[in-house]
Amino acid sequence: MTKLKKILITFTTLAAFIMGPSHAATPGNTFVMAKDIADIITMDPAEVFELTTGEITANIYDKIMMFEPEDLQTLVGGVAESWDISNGGKTITFKIRPGLKFHSGNPVRAEDVAWSLQRVVKLNKTPAFIITQFGWTADNVDALVKATDASHVQITITEDFSPGLVLNAMSAGVASVVDKKLVMSHEKDGDLGYDWLKSKSAGSGAFSLKTWKANELVTLEANAGYRHGAPGMKRVILRHVSEPSSQRLLLEKADVDMARNLTPDQVKGIQGNSDIAIDGHPKGTIVYMAANASHPILGKAKVVQALRNLVDYESMANSFLAGQFVVHQAFWPGGLWAALETTPYKQDVAKAKSLLAEAGHADGFELTIHTLTNSPFPEIAQAVQANLAKGGIKANIVTLEGKTLWPKYRAREHDIILARWSPDYVDPHSNADAFAHNPDNRLEAKLTGVLAWRNAWADDASNALAVKARNELDLDKRKKQYLDLQAMLQTKGPFVIMFQQNEQIARRKNLKGFVSGSNFDLVFYRNVSKN
Amino acid sequence: MDQSTASGGQTVGPGLALPSKLIKIVGVLTSLLLTFIGLTAITFVIGRVMPADPVLAIVGDRASQEVYDQVFLQLGLDKPIYVQYFRYLSQLVEGDLGTSIMTAQPVAEDILRFFPATLELATIATLLGIFVGIPMGVLAAVHQGRWQDHIVRVIGLIGYSAPIFWLGMVALLIFYAKLDWVAGPGRLDVFYDGIVEPVTGVLLIDAALSRDWEIFHNALSHLILPASILGTFALAYIARMTRSFMLDQLSQEYILTARVKGIPEWNVIWNHAFRNVLVQLITIIGLTYASLLEGSVLTETVFSWPGIGQYITNSLFNNDMNAVLGGTIVVGVCFVGINMLSDLLYRLVDPRVR
Amino acid sequence: MAAEQTLRGWLLAEIPESKLQARCQRIFISWLAFIRNPVAVIGLLIIVGLVGIAALAPWITSSDGLEPDLANRLLPPSSEHWFGTDGLGRDIFDRIIWGSRITLYIVALVSVIVVPIGLLIGTVAGYIGGLVDTILMRLTDIFLAFPRLILAMALVAALGPGLENAVLAIALTTWSPFARIARAEALTIRNSEFILAAQVQGVSTIGILTRHVTPLCLSSVIVRLTLDMAGIILTAAGLGFLGLGAQPPTPEWGAMISLGRQFLIDQWWVPTVPGIAILVVSLGFNLLGDGLRDVFDPKSGG
Repeated sequence: MTKLKKILITFTTLAAFIMGPSHAATPGNTFVMAKDIADIITMDPAEVFELTTGEITANIYDKIMMFEPEDLQTLVGGVAESWDISNGGKTITFKIRPGLKFHSGNPVRAEDVAWSLQRVVKLNKTPAFIITQFGWTADNVDALVKATDASHVQITITEDFSPGLVLNAMSAGVASVVDKKLVMSHEKDGDLGYDWLKSKSAGSGAFSLKTWKANELVTLEANAGYRHGAPGMKRVILRHVSEPSSQRLLLEKADVDMARNLTPDQVKGIQGNSDIAIDGHPKGTIVYMAANASHPILGKAKVVQALRNLVDYESMANSFLAGQFVVHQAFWPGGLWAALETTPYKQDVAKAKSLLAEAGHADGFELTIHTLTNSPFPEIAQAVQANLAKGGIKANIVTLEGKTLWPKYRAREHDIILARWSPDYVDPHSNADAFAHNPDNRLEAKLTGVLAWRNAWADDASNALAVKARNELDLDKRKKQYLDLQAMLQTKGPFVIMFQQNEQIARRKNLKGFVSGSNFDLVFYRNVSKN
Repeated sequence: MDQSTASGGQTVGPGLALPSKLIKIVGVLTSLLLTFIGLTAITFVIGRVMPADPVLAIVGDRASQEVYDQVFLQLGLDKPIYVQYFRYLSQLVEGDLGTSIMTAQPVAEDILRFFPATLELATIATLLGIFVGIPMGVLAAVHQGRWQDHIVRVIGLIGYSAPIFWLGMVALLIFYAKLDWVAGPGRLDVFYDGIVEPVTGVLLIDAALSRDWEIFHNALSHLILPASILGTFALAYIARMTRSFMLDQLSQEYILTARVKGIPEWNVIWNHAFRNVLVQLITIIGLTYASLLEGSVLTETVFSWPGIGQYITNSLFNNDMNAVLGGTIVVGVCFVGINMLSDLLYRLVDPRVR
Repeated sequence: MAAEQTLRGWLLAEIPESKLQARCQRIFISWLAFIRNPVAVIGLLIIVGLVGIAALAPWITSSDGLEPDLANRLLPPSSEHWFGTDGLGRDIFDRIIWGSRITLYIVALVSVIVVPIGLLIGTVAGYIGGLVDTILMRLTDIFLAFPRLILAMALVAALGPGLENAVLAIALTTWSPFARIARAEALTIRNSEFILAAQVQGVSTIGILTRHVTPLCLSSVIVRLTLDMAGIILTAAGLGFLGLGAQPPTPEWGAMISLGRQFLIDQWWVPTVPGIAILVVSLGFNLLGDGLRDVFDPKSGG
């Protein structure tokens, strides 16, 4: 047994060495956040469209127009100090704030602003449509977007868009002001710095990008010379933790200051902890079901109406979604300008059944629900499955990863899809364009970015109203038009809109000042402080 | 867990040692090459057949058809599959594994970053398996049929039968959350990141090289739990095999002779029986190590360990084919390499083959 | 009593009088050797138990474990819900019982695919030898070289998630060792006398393979299969855990752990009970396999 004893002794000594104070709490000037950041694939604002990256670049780059954390409802000038609308609403001239500097030390000039917009159009990546919809192309953008002198930038649109919309679009990620001198010094083969900017930053915002290790972490460093003053935290670290349970453990042990992806049940479990606070932030993400209108049965309006009456929204919102999703039944998220807050539907099995009978399907039918694999989609799908069964509809569930699901959706290969959608920029047209505006329903048209097209639905009244609202110059009229459009889609079309997200963020009580607005890129780190 | 059962090797007579060995080596290399080609071909085909869309992984769900088409051509997806495959192979030979969609970096660099993390994990796990598993196995063999034997077998079997991801979750809850004995998920506390110079990529070694003992300690306390979880699997298998081999040896004539000669029992066990078992154990250890490399996938998910397993999993779900191919090839080659090495070692050292 | 005596006597008679008796005798003697090992018997009991509850599922459960009951989520174990309820309010005990059917389904389906393929390739390679052998063994080696879980993941990702596809993927990554074993056995038997006799008699190659070679390989393959079964179940659970296996609301144990893992801290029973179920069944197969190996092939040592 001496050998055994020797082993035991070695083992215990080793253990003693390894254990003991093995972790330090986060330092006072660093803000550490646990979040699933696997969706980051680039840091170039001309290409960024994912939720996490949108948030990060919003803290690295100042945009032409911005919403500020002090008042998230009002659009103000970012890099632009003031602006002038002329030419029947088709030309806007921005005056650039004097004295602004990029992280590199280069001054922010009108030339940089114009070049940033031109670059987005020329690279023509996914989010470029936000500004190319104004009629800008690689050929004409140098003329339509230009610096008229050292401190003025003039933009001219060729389509009939409301200037309110254009200004809102200038607060999107694609309107980030990028350091032309710095980026062009790293240009390769005329790529406008695309390769370099994928993993670097060249902005003038509150923070600069220090490191991005994919699926590991992102480190941001404070910009002491920022125009609103130096941020409270010297460093912000986003730590990739894909397991919500792990996030919770890290937060409870103070290894991170904030956990972004806790589930409603975990939030409930943590509520007793006196060191942790939970904040709720209404978000612009909506959860919806879409029925493929090219399906022989689902194409019937009465059938979709029956679906709307079969779903038990309240039951889900009060149980496993409690706190993180609220019932919302219009396509523009609540809390934003021109949002329709009425929720006319609740579960009414009798009505649903009579609708199905009228449509000729009193005996029910079978269909497949495709959805995402991450919570809470499988749970919602299972609850809906049970709801539909009450009307005699047998639903099979298939869960897929996003990258596998989207091709199906874009090719109209689904019966019902259960998914989510968030606005690309803070203007009702962003969602109206997706849900209500399908100018060409043919399969060949391949309007794959339009949700209505993916569901093979087009309606003349809806199209007309969407375009009218888009171009309307009078703000009050515009608001009414969007309210009408949302009401129209509550009874027409393939969408069963169910919930709006309420992001629940768990933080250590000593951390304050974190601002999270209703859009994914309206998240601000610069006011965070720790005591 | 695979064992190299008789694979039809020829016995080698002493006079024909050299040329035969040469033939063997050439045979092994050709074998390796063919396996390699088969590996890459199959992975490549799977990748192209997958319904997950690699273009969408880059452009995102909202992209218009125009943007989609642009990237589609860029990725060369319009060419027939064998053309794409040959293009891939020719780049591979130059050491270019392509660029990862998810990380925007060359896959080769990504692998250099992630692979050492898995190596670290697998190595410590195997070491645990060796230093705990072998004595356990010997103990069980020596006391065959009695309570020590049964306990060892039960512990081993549990380690062998438990779903690793569940075990990991529970261990994290107990040892990190409740007892605070070890550090939490991840490889290092976040603010230590980037301080140590990444010479080998293996944090323990790099920290030791820089003499930064605080970081060394931190890295170790992050490493110990996932390595132990992975190690229970290694331990179970090694203990089981050691027990088998020892039982085999202990029943042989020469052991009886040694005992009769009056040699003390512990000497008989360790210097005589165990010595002969060592050789076979080398193969087993090799096999264990190899399968830990790929078995780490689930452990890495639970512990947020940035290793090759997590890399391949994420890339798979995002249809980042270059990354999946690169990762699978590297792991596959190591797998095959280690297996073949163990095989060779076994044949070189086994007295029966000589 | 007299009947029993005759049965036992018949089974233990010195000289069997028919082929049937000889076969029965062999099985009986192996059985006697098997039950001498208490650990192995435990393994057998576990597996028999598994089959039992799977068969009796409609009678032991109070529901089909599929329908959500959102008012009763996450209830702790009680007399009404022996294992508590899960995130959608479903009774966990019922889901575990129904899940046993899925476990058995996986076991059966994988065996049915893997054994014939392994035997076919292995015996043909070992018996015929030469170029056929080399080609088949190269193929086997390629699949052996593949990191198993990763290949299964890739296949399922390619074929689409679902239980059948997961099973197919697992089967495709597991058949190689069986081919190896069958080949090794075939090589040993290839030159024995009764084979030569059969060849002289003019029996076709197929005939020799099916009637003579394969039955002799069968026992090693079965032993290996039982030993590997735990690994197969764990791989299936792993795929379920990653969301690639059985689709909701199917109560596959690995998927149950996956959906339950967020509840580990406060409602530990939700992911733990299926974890223990997997553990027990894997254990059972390992013990059973160990016992079988001790009886049939005590020298193989592994």
